[in-house]
Amino acid sequence: MELLQNLLGLEAGLTVWTVLKIVAIVAPMMITVAYLTLAERKVIGWIQLRIGPNRVGPRGLLQPLADGVKLLMKEIILPTASNKSLFLIGPVLSIMPALVAWAVVPFTDHLVLSNIDASLLFVMAITSMGVYGVIVAGWASNSKYAFLGAMRSAAQIVSYEIAMGCALVGVLMVSGSLNLVAIVQQQAHGMAGGSLFSWNWLPLFPMFLVYLISGVAETNRAPFDVAEGESEIVAGFHVEYSGMAFAVFFLAEYANMILVAAMTAIMFLGGWLSPFPASWGFLGASGFGWLAVKMAFVLYCFLWFRATFPRYRYDQIMRLGWKVFIPVTLVWLLVVGAWMMSPLTLWH
Amino acid sequence: MNFQTVVFYVLSAILIFASLRVITAKNPVHAALFLVLAFFTSAGHWLLMQAEFLAITLVLVYVGAVMVLFLFVVMMLDVNFEQLREGFWRNLPLAGTVALIMVGEMALILMSPEAQLSHYQAAAPLAADASNVKELGRQLYTTYLLPFELASVVLLVGMVAAIALTMRKRKDNKTVNPGLQVKVRRDDRVRLVKMDAEKKPAQPETADAAEQQA
Repeated sequence: MELLQNLLGLEAGLTVWTVLKIVAIVAPMMITVAYLTLAERKVIGWIQLRIGPNRVGPRGLLQPLADGVKLLMKEIILPTASNKSLFLIGPVLSIMPALVAWAVVPFTDHLVLSNIDASLLFVMAITSMGVYGVIVAGWASNSKYAFLGAMRSAAQIVSYEIAMGCALVGVLMVSGSLNLVAIVQQQAHGMAGGSLFSWNWLPLFPMFLVYLISGVAETNRAPFDVAEGESEIVAGFHVEYSGMAFAVFFLAEYANMILVAAMTAIMFLGGWLSPFPASWGFLGASGFGWLAVKMAFVLYCFLWFRATFPRYRYDQIMRLGWKVFIPVTLVWLLVVGAWMMSPLTLWH
Repeated sequence: MNFQTVVFYVLSAILIFASLRVITAKNPVHAALFLVLAFFTSAGHWLLMQAEFLAITLVLVYVGAVMVLFLFVVMMLDVNFEQLREGFWRNLPLAGTVALIMVGEMALILMSPEAQLSHYQAAAPLAADASNVKELGRQLYTTYLLPFELASVVLLVGMVAAIALTMRKRKDNKTVNPGLQVKVRRDDRVRLVKMDAEKKPAQPETADAAEQQA
């Protein structure tokens, strides 16, 4: 950084340095997205006793590249009756929040692009804008299936955001901070001395479940994929999109999945903390590796859910969100509040 | 002119443009989306004033929830735009006069010395580790506890009233009771009958007869 500032002057150097850091976050994430699609097809294949993609490259490892090239080559079709400008803005509105939220996600104690005070709120605010991509795309396509998908998605995302927010209130009550780094550091000390059992997932278990399931619903993944619902409304909101415009929606969905996995790991599973005591040497050291392992576990759960559960009926989704999750989180908020005030408190 | 001033003017220009488009856009969906842009830009203004909690909450509540529902409704409207624009020019002089009077009144109030606007200092720059959220929470739950609780009760009453007004039993309601659905056992739906897979043929010779015919 000093080198760049000497070369380019104080402000230009800082700008270039920040841009480099952004690239260092976005580029690995795009690669992760690409290989997450391969992992999804492989894992679901194995669960269904198939092999999955195995033709491109050794063991099918180059399949994501082939998919990317294919999508790049295809023509982007603009439907004549669509609203042209909004039709093109739709995918942008969808991928933008999925990328911006990474600005405040910490990877270790110090490795974070922007360590702002209210980073948890920032992530919630930015991800809540993701629904515009879906709605705008569905409306601008001027197609009945796309519009149905957009309507379903809007109602679903708004409902589950409330449950998600209530679950996060529990996390910030016990950590006393909205800062993601502080939330992880708080989990490092507690009853069980910073090991597996002092992380938030255990005392906040109902909220952990609500957050994880709401995360699946927020990213429009199966079994909550009524916005796409291939067997009901063809492909939902992106039925009119082709080529790269479709690929951008795809990228946004997977980037959001990784984001939800990172947030779950940071808020409930101790982030980059090691589950083993510090005396275990390599295994006991906390670092980005552990965060990656936890994210991979949550992502695997996403794939597992998709291969296991049939799609929810629409009224069941609404019932689960409003009548089950929100009351559960509200009751547990009271429990946690009383717990924190009682002499049995785990949090100081 | 430092960087913040430049950002302020850029944001203001976007805000004014978006607000104008909210009322001039022909398509109501476009108008609603411009309103979203206006909210988002004003959140940027609040960030410039170091009110990051308010800025983020504005995005979270208005952009992320309220406007989504708004857009939801607007998209499903079937409005005849020609009919809406009818009589625009006829009513313009009256509406314009009212608007001008309102602007004039507001300007008079703001410019009068009694408003004491000049007494307000520019906000002192906050320390780098100052927490907006903590400060706001402390104020809300100590100094302003009663108004805060009253506001919540008013909101709760509004919510209950809105639900009570719109809750009507419909005749063609097809709601199912999930509790009953879960409680259903196999015996309630299916009756298993023990019987032979097929009836014994009455005359064993028929098979031979069929063969002979072939």
